[in-house]
Amino acid sequence: MAIATPDLEPVSDRAVRRARLLPYALISPSLAVIGGVLAFPLGMLVWLSLQHYGLKELIAHQGSWVGIDNYRAIVADPLFQQVLIRTLLFTFACVTLTVGLSTLIALLLLKVRSAVRVIVMSALVFVWATPVIVAVDVWQWMFDYEFGVINYVLTQLHVGNFIHHNWFDNPGQGWAVFVVIVVWGAIPFVTITLFAGLLQVPGDIIDAAHVDGAGAWYRFWFVTAPMLKPLFLIVTCLSTIWDFGVFNQIYVMLNQRPSSDFYTIAIYSYRESFGVTQYGLGAAIAVVMVLVLVVVTLFYVRETVKVAEVT
Amino acid sequence: MIAPGTAQGVQVGAARAASEAGVRASTWQRSRQLVYDVAGVLVAAVMLFPIYWMISTAFKPGRDILTLTPKWFPSPFTLQNFQDAIARPFFVDDVRNSLFIVAVMLALGLAIAFLAAVATARFGFRGRTAYLVMIIGVQMVPLNALIIPLYLTLDSVGQVDALPGVIAVYLAAVLPFMVWTLRGFVANIPVELEESAMIDGCTRVGAFWRITFPLVGPGLVATAIFGFIQAWNEYIIAYVLLSSPHNQTLTVWLASFTTNHGPQWGPLMAGATLTGLPVVAFFLVLQRYLTGGLTAGAVK
Repeated sequence: MAIATPDLEPVSDRAVRRARLLPYALISPSLAVIGGVLAFPLGMLVWLSLQHYGLKELIAHQGSWVGIDNYRAIVADPLFQQVLIRTLLFTFACVTLTVGLSTLIALLLLKVRSAVRVIVMSALVFVWATPVIVAVDVWQWMFDYEFGVINYVLTQLHVGNFIHHNWFDNPGQGWAVFVVIVVWGAIPFVTITLFAGLLQVPGDIIDAAHVDGAGAWYRFWFVTAPMLKPLFLIVTCLSTIWDFGVFNQIYVMLNQRPSSDFYTIAIYSYRESFGVTQYGLGAAIAVVMVLVLVVVTLFYVRETVKVAEVT
Repeated sequence: MIAPGTAQGVQVGAARAASEAGVRASTWQRSRQLVYDVAGVLVAAVMLFPIYWMISTAFKPGRDILTLTPKWFPSPFTLQNFQDAIARPFFVDDVRNSLFIVAVMLALGLAIAFLAAVATARFGFRGRTAYLVMIIGVQMVPLNALIIPLYLTLDSVGQVDALPGVIAVYLAAVLPFMVWTLRGFVANIPVELEESAMIDGCTRVGAFWRITFPLVGPGLVATAIFGFIQAWNEYIIAYVLLSSPHNQTLTVWLASFTTNHGPQWGPLMAGATLTGLPVVAFFLVLQRYLTGGLTAGAVK
């Protein structure tokens, strides 16, 4: 039995080719922008890191090739090693505290009555929305050595005598302040993301574990946490990337003149380039920073693509 | 007849035991609920305190700000700090610069991102996956690391201390996220809607324009707000690329406040409140899209 084939309109070769090229035409403007303003500078960064590029070269717009001398110089530089280790420790402290505290708050949100949940969520959204520079100015005021509210409260709570206490005289205390500022700013995003994830964990699985005699800790560790693993991975990677590149909080808090005790790798790279006009050295430091982040990023991209494939 | 040991018998027994234990359990449960609720309120209070302190300081007269024992509430209440902040040199200029940068960036960004979103949501083509992976990966490029080459490139074409350079950098910084988000919105609109419009006589472009485009409206709004917030808040690029005070943005103005004027906490907090206000307002609109988009399908 013959089936009548639909009377297909003849399609010209040109139309086919045009249709095939259309998606490429649509993505080309975005490719041009991303290529020109992100990819090209990234390549140029690597190129610069292999050059001597000081004030003279800046005026001439032409660096002189020095091979890997800049990398040799920073590897031998004790300050660079210090800064790198310090930045890694700082990142570790911030990420651990952020993810840990956020998990606790997200779990707490499941337990509180709904009115309290609305209050906590609104507080988190307000903090999330606060621009970093605004937040840093507020913390600067709160940690002010003379009239700062934090010194007053700590003294009243008998934690110690904090009257006229300058938090930045001692690098250890100064860094603790920066951990507080960064973690405070990071908690909302991570908490809200994890809480949204917790809501998607099917209740009957938790109930089943309960019936089987699993305690609260056991239920979290062996039932809830594995289900949220992709989410934990994503927030940990993102937090690592953000905290490793911290610049604004420290730079603005210390009135744009941080002492070398308070350099992160981003600040160090900035000082080397724009402070002492050694753009080649600054670029080499930035390349090291990017390399550390690439490892974390590869991890993140893999997980995000996995998540996207599921949807 | 209910025999002990049968299913019904066990149920009846369990129900009786439960009701006896109920009285004890409910007091225990209620006090535990109270502990949770108090902990929740404490978390909210600690998180919100800096924001409260900013607003409260902004409305206090100077003599109530510089006190060794803090005044917890702004009474008497004054608007003097806001007047001071606005009257500071370059405040108005820098607000105008911020708005201009954001507006141009958004107009370009939305148009470019929308085209790419349509391409990736509606067409299958070779290199589509590679493009999407690139879009995700490129979001991780730390802008801090690119300042040196960006500065040197703009310097060599004489565009340092000019707004177009900053606009281009912001555009590239938010574009990947815009493409990714808009792609989600376009993909969520069933292609069948377009197809039925085409059956009813629309051309392909017409169907897209009349059916899909209006439905993507909320996505465009969400993406625009996201871009606004990112560009409005950005500091370091603007700080490095824009050197003269009348060319700078509001965050640079705010960050240099203490350096330029000394610690004048009242006007500084007023300026900070003014800077944060539009962001918070927009953010409240955006928040539901953000959380939904990030977690959709993340849990199997």
